[in-house]
Amino acid sequence: MSPDAAPRLARGMRLREDPARARWVVMGPERLFVPDEIALEILRLLDGARSVDAIVDDLAARYAAPREAIATDVTVMLDDLQAKGVVTA
Amino acid sequence: MTPTPPAPLPAPLGLLAELTHRCPLRCPYCSNPVELSRASAELGADEWGRVFREAAALGVLQLHLSGGEPAARRDLPEITAHAAAAGLYSNLITSGVLLDAPRLKALAAAGLDHVQLSVQDAEPGSADRIGGLPGGHARKMAFAEAVHAADLPLTLNAVVHRQNLDRLPDLIELALTLGAGRIEVAHVQYYGWALRNRDALLPSRAQLDAATATVTEARARLRGRLVIDYVVPDYYARLPKACMGGWGRSFLAVSPAGRVLPCHAAESLPGFDFPNVRDRSLAEIWTRSDAFERFRGTDWMPEPCRGCDRREIDWGGCRCQAFALTGDAANTDPACALSPHHHLLDLAVQDAAVADADFTYREMPRLPSPV
Repeated sequence: MSPDAAPRLARGMRLREDPARARWVVMGPERLFVPDEIALEILRLLDGARSVDAIVDDLAARYAAPREAIATDVTVMLDDLQAKGVVTA
Repeated sequence: MTPTPPAPLPAPLGLLAELTHRCPLRCPYCSNPVELSRASAELGADEWGRVFREAAALGVLQLHLSGGEPAARRDLPEITAHAAAAGLYSNLITSGVLLDAPRLKALAAAGLDHVQLSVQDAEPGSADRIGGLPGGHARKMAFAEAVHAADLPLTLNAVVHRQNLDRLPDLIELALTLGAGRIEVAHVQYYGWALRNRDALLPSRAQLDAATATVTEARARLRGRLVIDYVVPDYYARLPKACMGGWGRSFLAVSPAGRVLPCHAAESLPGFDFPNVRDRSLAEIWTRSDAFERFRGTDWMPEPCRGCDRREIDWGGCRCQAFALTGDAANTDPACALSPHHHLLDLAVQDAAVADADFTYREMPRLPSPV
């Protein structure tokens, strides 16, 4: 995914709380993804307007990690979620 | 040494709501029971609303609105609204032949999350013959356009068998043409109606190998565009599947008349008195009922399951298949190579290879004629 792409959850995908199991999940047809803490932070920033670059900036401001490392992590994760049909850009 | 405490009871994730057994199609592998419920016995929309709220409170996240054809119910928008109000992710499992654009729009407005459309084949003539409804395929194509226009996500569901498996590449192409984000390639499962038609439906080994190669190639080519769900059929498997993720572990089904089942095919099993949502709460049924406890966990297992290190992976496989093929639902699923009944699957494949291909179509029960 390129730095200026503006990813969002794919049609039919919903990020919601799963109170019975005290966690958050991404739900789609016959599928359920349980994001880890970092993935959840990224997923919450997806709105179809904010660019990958802006997402990385946001995370870099909040986490004590080199911006470059965060950019790599975010891109790898979004590419993976795009391949799985969870995210679209 | 302290005794191991019993494992906590898992919360169910998925609910299959079979809203009706009525359906204009007559597929010879229909997953409904051979004894179909009449319309007069169906739960009302408000009763479904209560079931959905109880399910959500139990931990259910995903709801499949199915049938029969769920759109045979005129109150489907009301039922869908109940699902949305309960916070469930709703998936409409439909044949598409009874829904026009305005009705679909009403469902989207009611909060429907996703549509799963079944197709019987990629070739219209064959599709209509398999579904037993002339003109049905064309109506499905029009419906898929309406799904697109309503901006609802679409999964194409293709049940595959000997008479359509050679056109799997066309079915995948059809999913792309119709704008589906996902295709489910589901091999027929042989109990109920499908068992009656097994000789006409079982694919050959060569067909299966070609299909597996098709899926492997298409998955690589369409990565990021189309998700392809595909599972090797039991009749050619060496390991059984964890049917429903294990009996009473993650899934429940409610029949049109309100009976609660650990699997939608469980009504084919004898010796069960399935509890009804009209009499008991879903929580009580899930946690304390003979139907859900009978095959839950591993205590019920015979050998070779009992001593197998996969017993908490496949949970002994499918109870309905064990009963259909061995006459005892408590046997190891014959799909397992370790089952003493495993050879029955090979025999069925051999029989089917030389059988003719006429269908016994699914039919609703007829009222007895007056005397």
